[in-house]
Amino acid sequence: MTIIDLFSILPVIVLLVWALFLLMADLWLSKYKPGWTPVLAVVGLLLSLAASVFQAGENFSGFSGFILVDGFSNFLQPLFAITGILAIGLAYDYLKRHDIHRGEYFILILFSISGMMLMSSAGDLIMIFLSLELLSIPLYIMASLAYPRLESEEAGLKYFLLGTFSSGFLLFGIAMIYGATTTTNLLDIFKFVGAGLYDPTLMIIGSVLVLIALGFKVAAVPFQSWTPDVYQGSPSPVSAFMSVGVKAAGFSALLRVFSLIFPQLAPALTPVFWVIAALTMIVGNVVAISQTNLKRMLAYSSIAHAGYLLMAFVPFGDAVTRQNSIAAALFYLLAYGLASLGAWAVLIGLEGDKYSGNTLDDLAGLGKKSPISAALMTVFMLSFTGIPLTLGFWGKFYLFRTTIEGGFIGLAIIGLLTSLISAFYYLRVVVKMYFTEGETNFHWNFWTSAVAIFAGLALLVFSFVPGWFFELAARATLIGF
Amino acid sequence: MTLNPLLLVTFFPLIGVLIVLLLKPAWKNALRWTALSTALVTFGLSIWMLTQFNAASGDMQFEFLLPWFNLGGNPIGVHFGVDGISILMVLLTTFLTPLAILSTWKAVAEKVKGFMAFFLLLEVGMLGVFLSLDMVLFYIFWEFTLIPMYFLIGLWGGERRVYAAVKFFLYTFAGSILMLAGILWIGLQYGSFDLSLLSSAGLIPATAQLWLFGAFGLAFAIKVPMFPLHSWLPDAHTEAPTAGSVILAGVLLKMGTYGFLRFNLPLFPNASMQLAPWMAGVAVIGIIYGAAVAYRQKDVKRLVAYSSISHLGFVVLGIFALNLQGIQGAILQMVNHGLSTGALFLVVGLLYERRHTRVLENFGGLWKVMPVMGTLALITVLSSVGLPGLNGFVGEFTILLGTFKSTVLGSPWFAGVATFGVILAAVYLFHMFQKLFLGPVTHDENLKLKDVSVREILVLAPILLLAFWIGIYPKPFFMLMAPAVEKLAVLVQNAASLVH
Repeated sequence: MTIIDLFSILPVIVLLVWALFLLMADLWLSKYKPGWTPVLAVVGLLLSLAASVFQAGENFSGFSGFILVDGFSNFLQPLFAITGILAIGLAYDYLKRHDIHRGEYFILILFSISGMMLMSSAGDLIMIFLSLELLSIPLYIMASLAYPRLESEEAGLKYFLLGTFSSGFLLFGIAMIYGATTTTNLLDIFKFVGAGLYDPTLMIIGSVLVLIALGFKVAAVPFQSWTPDVYQGSPSPVSAFMSVGVKAAGFSALLRVFSLIFPQLAPALTPVFWVIAALTMIVGNVVAISQTNLKRMLAYSSIAHAGYLLMAFVPFGDAVTRQNSIAAALFYLLAYGLASLGAWAVLIGLEGDKYSGNTLDDLAGLGKKSPISAALMTVFMLSFTGIPLTLGFWGKFYLFRTTIEGGFIGLAIIGLLTSLISAFYYLRVVVKMYFTEGETNFHWNFWTSAVAIFAGLALLVFSFVPGWFFELAARATLIGF
Repeated sequence: MTLNPLLLVTFFPLIGVLIVLLLKPAWKNALRWTALSTALVTFGLSIWMLTQFNAASGDMQFEFLLPWFNLGGNPIGVHFGVDGISILMVLLTTFLTPLAILSTWKAVAEKVKGFMAFFLLLEVGMLGVFLSLDMVLFYIFWEFTLIPMYFLIGLWGGERRVYAAVKFFLYTFAGSILMLAGILWIGLQYGSFDLSLLSSAGLIPATAQLWLFGAFGLAFAIKVPMFPLHSWLPDAHTEAPTAGSVILAGVLLKMGTYGFLRFNLPLFPNASMQLAPWMAGVAVIGIIYGAAVAYRQKDVKRLVAYSSISHLGFVVLGIFALNLQGIQGAILQMVNHGLSTGALFLVVGLLYERRHTRVLENFGGLWKVMPVMGTLALITVLSSVGLPGLNGFVGEFTILLGTFKSTVLGSPWFAGVATFGVILAAVYLFHMFQKLFLGPVTHDENLKLKDVSVREILVLAPILLLAFWIGIYPKPFFMLMAPAVEKLAVLVQNAASLVH
């Protein structure tokens, strides 16, 4: 192990070491200063954020190709750190209010984030598997944190069973790809596949198994059925964290693996992705219409957005479009993540002490009771829909543009039409908040509102200067090209 | 550095929005005056722009171009410009907005702050639509107008306001998403979203033109609205607050017909030629259908709403005559419809404020009770019917003349049937006027109604004066638009002659 190797995983090491120390410190802190653990967790994330900024512009590999540091990981790792900070902001008050405040929660977030960071710079299929476990196992615990509550336990168990099930698929897939190419290193796979030194049948089976496994994580149809139950049963801050962090991590692995495998297997894989993307958009959006529970609605909306993100893979066969579609997917993740965390923040403000207040009707009258939170929620909904002057519009603009650039106008039109469907249920939220009389039990907490205001302002302000993020996403290139 | 008049006109209302947001919700009069004076200053600025405008040129003027950012190699710019076509739309917008705001003095008593903020935002959006020369920028403004209008209907509207607001939003959004696909396709093919670069080149192949005509045309046809895509309009118009209806009918619908002129004709001239008879046919159906349905309405506001469908059928017919007269008449009729229908909605609004009903049966004999109101309403109705000497006549006559002579349509039937629509307009509008103002007073409540106040006369008088002006001396208006229309007509004819 050289110093270069250590440098390659600097943000992860910082975070892991900090988390381990914090785990011990929490034994004492939880008795005397329970408020300190989340603060220290945020400090750890800030240090890790600084480390990842320190790595910016670097392009190298460590641990003999297990770790790749490139524009791609440089783009995602700070995002993961920020997601972690926002997730802690969302959890702080919520856990106290529900009497499930435990220091371990914040440390588990750190572990999960370090798994996500590793995932974004994984250069080997084994590494992808390991980081997937590292990010998932803490989440199984977090999902069932509201322990005596049955729904929470159910969510944890469901997530655990399906998660391990999909891990099995991933391992099978890795084995198949290993069988097809005699290596698990991504760049070597790329080389061998490019040179024609591989078994096509095993390779296709293997890559489809990998797609299934990661499809579970990002909640793509037909592997989505766990999502609404888990999002509904888990404590809301955990659902918020899952809907953004896990999705981004899953997509980072998908993008990296398939941008390497795709060029040679495009004829076989393009239709697969086409169908999955179309189905995910349609199912997610159509089923979301009939939801009256906001958590379930956001779950289906997160499925639908996975569908939009999957559109980015369809033009992967073409080398010119590929770079654009990776950038478009990353940009979309950013816009989606901000809107999603913001929407969950408002939801957390809405949720009563007994896990009540999650239905659409509970929003009635929010426009009067708390104009700011209603306005913010409107911004999040408009951004989800893709209405101009929100970042979500530019996300869709870029994504649809790339899809059309790749020549898949039909898929782009499906995407646009499902956006119309989504407008219907997102607008219903606005209708409830402003046009319906009612008494809501909304209450702000400083940190929750800070997250919502941050997300809302970012979505609005950055929509006037989207060029900066476009550049940033366009520079997020993958090593090996 | 001199300040670009277009930027000034478009974004000046934002200053008003800012002040409105800083004021306390309880200071209702301050809020109203702020909004009114902002709108008046914007109108003044647009008049100042008009004095600087060179009416002899058909080119874009006061152009403003600022690179915004690059997306995958395509530059997207903030590009504004005004020509003889859009300047009339801008003036119509800035003229109607202060009047609409003035009409809300009594009608909007609750949540004044939000109302004024949304109203001024709406003005920015509409002006942006008419002045944008970059397709992405245009799309942003186009979609942006949805949000304030959605809230204006949803928060200050009538009984079924939520239904109407959602329907309005979804219909328009449905149209515009296909337009977005079209915009993206053009941008990818030609590496630019800039309208002036695209329309001068005439690059788009004929089959692609047909598809793109459809994608853009659907968005515009829903906005106009053309039969059979009109069903959002009666609901939105009826449920919107009076000022909202005025702007909706007066300006927002023109965004659709303006879109045809700005995008479909110059960008897809071959497709326009090919599809012109179909578009004209649908327009004629819309004229007759709108008129027939208007006659059957029991609700005054719904009647006026359906009359819009009929009147805008004329505008679309004129545009797709694809000759100088047809297009000129269409543009003038866009202004006329904005004035007449805007005034009609104001009259209906005045009646509703007094009587809290819009059902025709509840009125009758109002002339005896409120003679001044009756006179104003009569002029409004006459201008909408198209009586010679008033504005509607000039527009409709020019359109029909253009349609008769149109070589593209090639049949006198279009104009013939449309002329029948003029007669129908007289039927349903006089029917309405008779039910409202003539005959004996059948309801005792109506005996106590107050005649119009000075403020209300101030709202209606400018519109009616302008209606007389256009009716008696329309030449300045035609002069203003002629060079730009000529350029457009030549462009379309040339493209078509290349095909034949």
